Amino acid sequence: MDNRPLKELLYKIADDQLILGHRNSEWTGMGPLLEEDIAFSSMAQDKVGQSLAMYTLLQSLGEREPDLVAFTRNANQFHNCVLVELPNSEYDFSLVRHFFFDTAEAIRFELLSDSSFEPLAQVARKIRGELRYHTLHANTWMKQLGSATQESMSRLQASLNLAMPFALGIFEDSPLEEELIASAVFAGEQELKNRWIKKVEEIIGQTNLSLPDVKAIEPILGGRIGKHTEHLQPLLDEMSEVFRIDPAADW
Amino acid sequence: MNSYTTDDIYSWLEEVKDPEIPVLSLVDLGVISEVSIKGGAVTIEMTPTFVGCPALEVMKSEIATVLRNHGVEVVHIDVTFRKPWSSDRISEKGRASLKAFGLAPPPPSQLFTDLGVLETAVCPRCNGTNTELKSPFGPTLCRAIFYCHHCKEAFEQFKPI
Repeated sequence: MDNRPLKELLYKIADDQLILGHRNSEWTGMGPLLEEDIAFSSMAQDKVGQSLAMYTLLQSLGEREPDLVAFTRNANQFHNCVLVELPNSEYDFSLVRHFFFDTAEAIRFELLSDSSFEPLAQVARKIRGELRYHTLHANTWMKQLGSATQESMSRLQASLNLAMPFALGIFEDSPLEEELIASAVFAGEQELKNRWIKKVEEIIGQTNLSLPDVKAIEPILGGRIGKHTEHLQPLLDEMSEVFRIDPAADW
Repeated sequence: MNSYTTDDIYSWLEEVKDPEIPVLSLVDLGVISEVSIKGGAVTIEMTPTFVGCPALEVMKSEIATVLRNHGVEVVHIDVTFRKPWSSDRISEKGRASLKAFGLAPPPPSQLFTDLGVLETAVCPRCNGTNTELKSPFGPTLCRAIFYCHHCKEAFEQFKPI
């Protein structure tokens, strides 16, 4: 069987998790509140661990071992969406990105829990439970700060507007996807996007914020085929620094 | 011919504790999904509490050490998600050890995974029920932070999942 479509799916999921996991870890020691510092650090740990599970599945399909895959590729070999590589900026942007991304991620793993590729379905059933905590966290803060002060609302609104075209890039089409849908491995990006829009509308509807009109926005695409912003390579350089100095380092 | 049974293996595994919660054995934590013996080799199937649990490697090496100390020649450890871990798999004895350690045991996971209800924790110190969720994330992936309005102390809960 040609497993290229499956590998492509796993690479984009894993790369999203690894890169956003790294961005989340940049909040360690920097959070606006101790609880937020811990929350972003915990989500970083979850995401990097989840990416390891995905890279391990890829290894079982004939790809290289997870550390090599994570630490030796260049930016143009990564399949993450552009949204996750953007710098953390201020807390409002990080929160909005976390809300947009994890809403999609939770639905993705809900769908994958029924995947016909059983090893993926098994780990998806586990990960979807963990992601409950990520969406609970994002929704709680979006609802609280999205109806709080003038400053919190205007900051979040600006970040919603800024992040939306990048968020739509999560669902970038792939020519290989038809096969995954036909073989019931994954329901597809379009299905995911439709469910995502409903969910973000539901949460934003409980705030004083307004969601930009998704139909009027041009998505920022390219991440899935290795076209990234100038922000990804410096992240990779930092993430892989120790590995490149000493690939056998143990700590 | 082996002189040990799977029951022996389970009782030896009682010696291996969760490195992040040293009062809780891996058996009581519910991460051991299967034990099988074939000739001189023992295979332990285990599943992590969280996919990104950093304690997994420590647990694996301690399992191997303990079993070898009891005379098992070959130890295989398979980590799988065939039967994914849930906090409902913590034994009654494990729940009591958590409470004695100062961690509120998890409520049934369905309350959270189906209904999203997290705000139920009984204070492990004073048994007060007037408690408040402060953060769904804590010092380890498996803990949330609560505050007890009765004894006015913060406490941690082992998260339902």
